[in-house]
Amino acid sequence: MQTDVKDKNEALTRKDFASDQNVRWCPGCGDYMILANMQKTFAQMDHAKEDFLSVSGIGCSSRITYYLDTYGIHSIHGRAIAVATGAKLANPELNVWVSTGDGDCMAIGGNHFIHACRRNIDLNIIIFNNKIYGMTKGQSSPTTPEGTKTKTAPEGNYENTFNIGEVAIGAGATFFARVPDKDPKLMEEVMMEAYRHKGTSVIEVLQNCVIFTDGIHEQITGKDTKDDNQLVLEHGKPMVFGKDQQYGLKLEGMKLKKAPYDENDPTFLKHDAHEPDSALQLALAKLELPDFPVSMGVIRKSDKPNFDKTVHDRIATVREHSSFESVSDLFNSGNTWDIE
Amino acid sequence: MANNVLTPTMQKVVVRFSGDSGDGMQLTGDMFSQASGQAGLDLTTIPDFPAEIRAPQGSVGGVSSFQIQFGGTEIYTPGDEVDVLVVMNPAALKANLRFLKLGGTIVADKDSFTSRNLKKADYEENPLEDKSLDEYKVIKAPATSLTKEALKDLGLENQAMTRSKNMFALGLVTYMFGRPLDTLIKFIEKKFSKKPVLVKANKLALEAGFNFALNTEIIGTSIIIPPAKMQKGTYRNIDGNTAIAWGFLAASENSGRKLSLCSYPITPASEILHELSARRDMGAIVFQAEDEIAAVCAAIGASFSGNLSITTTSGPGLSLKSEAIGLAVISEIPLVIVNVQRAGPSTGLPTKTEQSDLNQALYGRHGDAPLVVMAASSPDDCFNYSYEAARLAMEHSTPVILLSDTYLASGTSPWRIPENGDLPDIKIKDFEGSADEWLPYIRDPEFLTRYWKGPGDKGFEHRIGGLEKQVDTGNLTYEPENHEKMTKIREEKIAKIAKKLPRQSVVGAQSGKLLVIGWGSTHGAINTAVTEMLEEGEENIGFTHFNYINPLPENTEEVFSRFDQILVCELNNGQFANYLKTKFPKFNYRKYNKIQGQPFFTSEIKAEIINTLTN
Ligand SMILES: Cc1ncc(C[n+]2csc(CCOP(=O)(O)OP(=O)(O)O)c2C)c(N)n1
Ligand code: SF4
Repeated sequence: MQTDVKDKNEALTRKDFASDQNVRWCPGCGDYMILANMQKTFAQMDHAKEDFLSVSGIGCSSRITYYLDTYGIHSIHGRAIAVATGAKLANPELNVWVSTGDGDCMAIGGNHFIHACRRNIDLNIIIFNNKIYGMTKGQSSPTTPEGTKTKTAPEGNYENTFNIGEVAIGAGATFFARVPDKDPKLMEEVMMEAYRHKGTSVIEVLQNCVIFTDGIHEQITGKDTKDDNQLVLEHGKPMVFGKDQQYGLKLEGMKLKKAPYDENDPTFLKHDAHEPDSALQLALAKLELPDFPVSMGVIRKSDKPNFDKTVHDRIATVREHSSFESVSDLFNSGNTWDIE
Repeated sequence: MANNVLTPTMQKVVVRFSGDSGDGMQLTGDMFSQASGQAGLDLTTIPDFPAEIRAPQGSVGGVSSFQIQFGGTEIYTPGDEVDVLVVMNPAALKANLRFLKLGGTIVADKDSFTSRNLKKADYEENPLEDKSLDEYKVIKAPATSLTKEALKDLGLENQAMTRSKNMFALGLVTYMFGRPLDTLIKFIEKKFSKKPVLVKANKLALEAGFNFALNTEIIGTSIIIPPAKMQKGTYRNIDGNTAIAWGFLAASENSGRKLSLCSYPITPASEILHELSARRDMGAIVFQAEDEIAAVCAAIGASFSGNLSITTTSGPGLSLKSEAIGLAVISEIPLVIVNVQRAGPSTGLPTKTEQSDLNQALYGRHGDAPLVVMAASSPDDCFNYSYEAARLAMEHSTPVILLSDTYLASGTSPWRIPENGDLPDIKIKDFEGSADEWLPYIRDPEFLTRYWKGPGDKGFEHRIGGLEKQVDTGNLTYEPENHEKMTKIREEKIAKIAKKLPRQSVVGAQSGKLLVIGWGSTHGAINTAVTEMLEEGEENIGFTHFNYINPLPENTEEVFSRFDQILVCELNNGQFANYLKTKFPKFNYRKYNKIQGQPFFTSEIKAEIINTLTN
């Protein structure tokens, strides 16, 4: 639970977080689901409404700031995390949500993203991953799969891609979760977990862009395939998947192996999101089709001091030992002389 | 031997201490200037560091210097030519002789003029012996040997003893200017309070230098400069970067807004970041970002959160910040961007001074993106201008670019510590109605300022951002007329700030043949040049100096119209002159530009004024 926040003195509903602006995404865009879930979970959080801050970069995803009735900054391309960092340090009581796209966050904003993960500042970062630049009409992004035809790779994308979870965990993120845009229940759970986590929480949403990459996540998220192709993780629970939960994961050497599940076999792995050593969580984040299902839910949630708290604790400690009460004490310290 | 240029009745003197970077010349110079300040003199100092962090010992490239001009009149520059040059080794002589006045005094540690050191400095003969310095008065002081002699009973290692020879030099120079040693001894006791043996060593070396000068009578009579007429108060020496940091602390205290500094290191601005990092003890929230873009963006976030937000940098960093500064302009939030200019373009001359980022400050953003641009003109007034930049930013809800430069950043001058009531109040206008009546872009009618609301203000939830805002509501709109209207409002809002600015004043003739114009850090050299010429009988020249560049003070055009000719002096290729040309095209501007990475010499300005008057 969050501590040191203002008591929320009124019951808020989803409507309280809907602004009066018209939502202008393409009909059917996955962003609607994310917006709805944010509004819904915000109402459940223990924060007064005026202490919410939404910060976004530039892209279709980043328009969300205008649709949330909170304090908000729709900033510049790639820089939302930097803006949010300054805001959170200035006022650590804020409940800060960064919304960003795969292009916004992984390309132009890559530097800020890895440093937020490294610092472990208490921000909640939602990456809307439609694997394309939507707003600028369909160029390759750092997550566009190889072979996908885009405006900038008409014969098929040829660049290596980022796995967002791998980048985040590699950069030191203490919280990483993944959810499909179509799974409101899981999204809600994950958002609440991220909210409770003190430190940088990264949520990757597999978001469908009906215009440029329609169906790109279908194999993972589709009705008929999702049970086989998603591994929904829960801390402390066995990692099982398949329509009848018939598969589980084991370790073979340093690698994960898929095997028919047997609950009496102790070599089947249980999920430990809290383990500080991220090796296994990293392996989970990297699982991909067709050999493995894709991991969903909270993959990593490990405790480490968060930057904003450390900064303010430091300030408090130094202040305690300081003889300066006001600027005048500082100015008059050291070598001074009087002129009569 | 030439006549001694030092006379017992001098009004001001320039001393330059120089030695190897390990010789402690900065400390020596600093102590001497503190003692001069205590003696009631006005002064300005400038250090000169080797370009490399660890240049080879004894080499010309490794020479570190500290220059001070002090006197019984107002002192605005560290001086053009040096009266007394202290050299701790041959390399220091080689590097600095060109600054010495013909007939000036050299104080040399003759012990360090060994064949080895001479070779390192590329001397074939010992200049102290070969008559090459006959044009000067040379005081050959056995600083190393006498220091060792004085310290021999302390049980120190050889190297530790030699290290104190800077105090020997200080003692000698102190005697030259007829000062007692007690202030210096107090400094030593304070500085080394945790190491009693160093207190002893430094004191003994100091006294040894003083007594050497007294006993040998090489120096002749000491020079006693009467105290300057300085305003009553408590003083200390301050450099430009510290002064900027402290101005922000004062603005934070007086406005009741917490201070957030978000920066990325760059020469010569880093010391502001260092000083405010040390001021966590006063609650400063300092964020060393991963790059300049993150720094300015974090400052924008902090400003939205209600803090006095600052980002500091130098030219290359300002380039990186431009897009985000545009966001601050359209969001109409308070933000101070400090640019401690260095010589560009690109990495340019990173340790040298220049005023060539003016265009970038004025125009370096896409779109029509006006903001306040101002410049400080001396190390001590960096305090007032950073305070003022913060005040204007918060009172007018606008980004402000404050220009300083290398010269101000590292120079020092005595600073009168402000007393209660010296600083103007910071009055941030708050919206008086209720949350229901409020809109994010409604404005105070007098100055068109948007009200500064942010997280924590219950009922005022709103969104800002880079997309064009509808008048009053702040909602997104692409409506053509609205964009034009908002562009004009943003411009007018900045223009209206002129109403608050002090009127532009003129030193010297209030009308006449020639108006000399300067801005920023060149104030000292130009003011001294003009004042000296007026004292010498020139009646037809006036000098006006700009600290506020956008907007310009309201009476600017009227001031210009009182003179026949206008001469604009600046350390760049004519950026301010070009700016004035676009603002007031009816005047002719003669440009005087120095683009060498060096400040103006007073003599250069004088020569240019004479040129202009006679051509
Ligand atoms: C400095 C800068 N460069 C480029 C752009 C153009 N631009 C706007 S959005 C965008 C990409 C957005 O893609 P993504 O983050 O994946 O978001 P989506 O639109 O798909 O939600 C780009 C390149 C910009 N606004 N600013
Ligand atoms: S272009 Fe794609 S991402 Fe953008 S709004 Fe339309 S569907 Fe959504």
